[in-house]
Amino acid sequence: MSFLEGIKRLIKYRWLLQLLVERDLKVKYRRSVLGYFWSILNPLLMMAILTIVFSQVFRFDIPNYPVYLLAGQLMYSFFAEATSMALGSILDGAALIKKVCLPKYIFPLSRVLSSFTSVLLSLCALFIVMLGTGVEFHATLLLLPVAMLYILMFSIGVGLIMSAAVVFFRDLQYLYTVFLTALNYITPIFYPVSIVPAEYKALVMYNPLYCFVTFFRQVTIYGEWPGISEHLWCLGYALFAVMAGIYCFKRCQNKFILYI
Amino acid sequence: MKQAKGPMGKIVEVKNVSMRFNLARERVDNLKEYIVRKLKFQSVSFDEFWALKNISFSINQGESFALIGTNGSGKSTMLKIISGILEPTTGAVSANGSIAPLIELGAGFDYQLTGRENIFLNGAVLGHSKKTMQEKYDEIVDFSELAEFIDVPVKNYSSGMIARLGFSIATMVKPDILIVDEILAVGDRAFQEKCNKRMEEIINGGTTIVMVSHSAADIKRICRKAAWIEKGELRFAGDVTEALEMYTSV
Repeated sequence: MSFLEGIKRLIKYRWLLQLLVERDLKVKYRRSVLGYFWSILNPLLMMAILTIVFSQVFRFDIPNYPVYLLAGQLMYSFFAEATSMALGSILDGAALIKKVCLPKYIFPLSRVLSSFTSVLLSLCALFIVMLGTGVEFHATLLLLPVAMLYILMFSIGVGLIMSAAVVFFRDLQYLYTVFLTALNYITPIFYPVSIVPAEYKALVMYNPLYCFVTFFRQVTIYGEWPGISEHLWCLGYALFAVMAGIYCFKRCQNKFILYI
Repeated sequence: MKQAKGPMGKIVEVKNVSMRFNLARERVDNLKEYIVRKLKFQSVSFDEFWALKNISFSINQGESFALIGTNGSGKSTMLKIISGILEPTTGAVSANGSIAPLIELGAGFDYQLTGRENIFLNGAVLGHSKKTMQEKYDEIVDFSELAEFIDVPVKNYSSGMIARLGFSIATMVKPDILIVDEILAVGDRAFQEKCNKRMEEIINGGTTIVMVSHSAADIKRICRKAAWIEKGELRFAGDVTEALEMYTSV
């Protein structure tokens, strides 16, 4: 199928995409008293706990630690939630995929987009804490959409790959949670990069999430304009993930039905 | 862009279609087994099974078509290939028009959502636009006779209610080709009659039905042509009465 036809199909099914995203959000908060408010409350509570733990037990020399922590935590938990939800999406959509001919990438894509919607709500939590702790709001915030777009693209790419791979190797469901835990620790979320021993520095610095988190912190907390190299790293990772995702997904999507 | 279709234009063309399955007996779907097998230089491929062998036939516009044969003969596989869910191993199928499946009723439902939400979700799954569904919404609710339960989550519906809703959605927007796998009428007697009436309307409206059924009566009532498939091979394609005679005489 040509690229143009793919776009046409996406336009035809955009309403389905929208409904699936709405469905995910509705089901997520249905019957909870606070509903969507949890998207803001949850990161705040997490931040409170981690701040207490890390400012009492371990001490890092980071100015305005709660904001530093929350910014990293937001980026990481978006990536973790989006990709692990996308991972099971093809398996969960099995009933439909077996009966109806529809673009299969809709399933991982809608999961990533619904996580994205809730992280946009969670950004309010960051702004609240920034206000509360007296962080200045800089003009660099204009680049916030760009920062979000980079990590969104990256998550879509990884989500596509994982959702396709898990159809053939179910073990990935369990391996991936382990991988995410490791990723959590090699990304400077609750510690400063400066404490990483020299021999492990490369591991941290070449971690895509490190780039996204740094970029995000620059534009939100520090008011620094990211340089060309930061843009290129983030964009490079994002584009690579999307292209690899589309390639892998396209290659094996016709075989899904034989394995689900 | 839709091509102009004459009254007897070909709406579906099946050309030399073969379908190979890998039997599930030795399915390798975890990494450990895969690696162990690779290390032992065993092949990770499977036993082959040809569900369809070199099948060709065509379906004309407005001539509803039945696939007949014993269990496991490959009818449903053929149906899935026509609707585009399965990709044939070799050969090709071309369909000239919009295809909608009368899916196993309720397969497209999210049981946590209400009937109303499911109508739109299911419509979108079938590829309909928001506008079409908003126009047809009232008709769908009326036909399903579920107006008072429409804001109740579908998980609280009875199986009959789910089937009624599914049937109403699938048949409300008239496609060029309707794929039917064994389900023609659902619910109680009165509703079944409504279903049959609706099927007639659909056929009269110009939709071509492609169906699999074991009920000779249903097939004769609805279809004019049929293909008899046995063990993956096409035995006969042509007039429905002839096909049924040949099939039952074996």
